[in-house]
Parts: sequence; C-alpha cells; structure tokens
Amino acid sequence: MAKININRDKCKGCLICISFCPKGIIVLDENLNRKGIKPVKVKENEECLGCAMCAVMCPDCCIEVYK
Amino acid sequence: MEKLFSHPSSLRDVVTHYCPGCGHGIVHRLIAEVVDELEIREKVVAIAPVGCAVIAYDYWDFDCAEAAHGRAMAVATGIKRVRPETVVFTYQGDGDLAAIGTSETIHAANRGENITGIFVNNAVYGMTGGQMAPTTLIGQKTATTPHGREINLPGMHGYPLKISEMLAQLAAVRYVERVALFSPPEVNKAKKAIRLAFQNQIDNLGFSLIEVLSPCPTYWGMPPKKALDWTREVMAKEFTLGRIK
Repeated sequence: MAKININRDKCKGCLICISFCPKGIIVLDENLNRKGIKPVKVKENEECLGCAMCAVMCPDCCIEVYK
Repeated sequence: MEKLFSHPSSLRDVVTHYCPGCGHGIVHRLIAEVVDELEIREKVVAIAPVGCAVIAYDYWDFDCAEAAHGRAMAVATGIKRVRPETVVFTYQGDGDLAAIGTSETIHAANRGENITGIFVNNAVYGMTGGQMAPTTLIGQKTATTPHGREINLPGMHGYPLKISEMLAQLAAVRYVERVALFSPPEVNKAKKAIRLAFQNQIDNLGFSLIEVLSPCPTYWGMPPKKALDWTREVMAKEFTLGRIK
C-alpha cells in the first residue's frame, strides 16, 4: 500500500512526473491552481507502487511519497 | 504509513522562480538532501552565482554568499581559507563557471583549494535570454546563433568547451565527474557524486567538481520531457558522462 501527495499550488505543470510514472496514475488536472497553471493530480492512488520515480524527477519538489 | 520521500529540511518550502521543467530545481534538492544526510547544515556555506540560480540563497535554508559574475571560486577560496571548518561549495552555471569565470575556476582548481564546485551545464545563457554559451553544442540554435553554432566561417563560434576534462588534467584536482538528470537512476548517480564531492572536502582531500547536464526547456525550445530526452540523446554524446578523474 503506497500513496503520493501532490502539492498542487507548487506544481508548475511541467508533466515530467506523468512520463516517468510506471502505472500512469498521474494525470493533468483541468482546474487551475493558485498560479493559474494546470497542475497534475493523482487519478487512482490505490495503484501506486511507491517507487518515488515521480518525486525523484520533480524539479519543484511537490510530491511526497508514503509507503 | 511511513513517509518515503519528502522535502529535505535544508530546502525552503517556497515556489522557485525557475521555468517548468528546469533542472536547477532537481540539483537544489539533491544538494539539500546531501547536506541533510551528512549533517553539515550548520557549517555549510554556498556561493551563489550570477545566472538563473542567482537567488539560490532564497531556496536553501543554510548560509549562502553571493559572488560577482564568475567569481564564485574566488569567494569560496576566501571563505574556506578564513574559516577552514566550514564546508564551502560553489553553485555555478556554464556562463558563470566556463565563460566569465574561467580564470578563477582554473586557478582555484590548480591551487587545489579544498572546496566543491557544482557546475550546472545547460548549454545556454538562461538568465539573459538563451544566448550561446561556451558549452553550446555545434549546430545548436540559440538567440545569438540563429543558424546554429558554427565551427567554420562565417560564424566561427568554436567548439563546445569541456571544462571538466580541462580541470581533470590539473595535478591538484582530486575528483571530477559528469552526471546528468534525464532519468531517476541518473539523478541518483548525480546525488552520489555530489555526496562524494562534499565528503572529499570534509576529509580535506582537495578540489572536487561535479558537472551536471541539466535541461533548459525554455531556451532549447522544447517541452520539458523532450528536453530531458535531448540531454540523453544529444548532449550526453558530446559531453561524455562518468568519472573523469
């Protein structure tokens, strides 16, 4: 059982995490964040492996991983 | 549920001014993680450059100084000699370390100063608008080389400057490694290299330089993921990864 938390107001929408998630559970959020950017969100947290690849690649340190 | 990965405590919880997908954010985090792991937060001194990372002192939660353009190695030398118990590192881009600061860099390395250099190479001048830097690749289009960097007439812009290989030839240099950020294993390798460079300084072994190939999506004119792929496919071919010395 693992899960990730995304700080949506720090996210700049570079989408690097989406391309590195092996399960494809991170998707683009259609709602804008406080900076007026479309951030990413988690689609299904139950599928998360806790591999932390998204967090390792995130340039803005907005992802927390729990396992 | 245990926290596996979160914000290092040496990195302030603020939104940085970097563009989406910029490699600086990853390098900042790696340095903060290494500082936390080595428990040197109270004695580390960072020297911020002039360039995109000019306000890095707003992002790290430890002591920082700001140097004039290119002079970070000279400021680091001064701080380390006056306060030898500190752990001093410079954080410089290619315009700072390899262009205007070439002289300071080479002489600090040649003296074997016991400092650590983190060299973020993104092949352009990011802060001023994406002009050609000494590390720009042959054929790469930038604001000042609209037809690509040329090695022959009429441009004659010269070849990419490999500062890491140059410094590796100096007898006083202890450790030089080139790393990249294009995949999670490479980021982990980069962290290991940064950690070793800090450890060398703590053990009084002398000068270390880590060159990080970092993406600049904005001035390469690519989406962030494509910029990472370009680092792997094009940049890493010209600037060979691995330990140089």
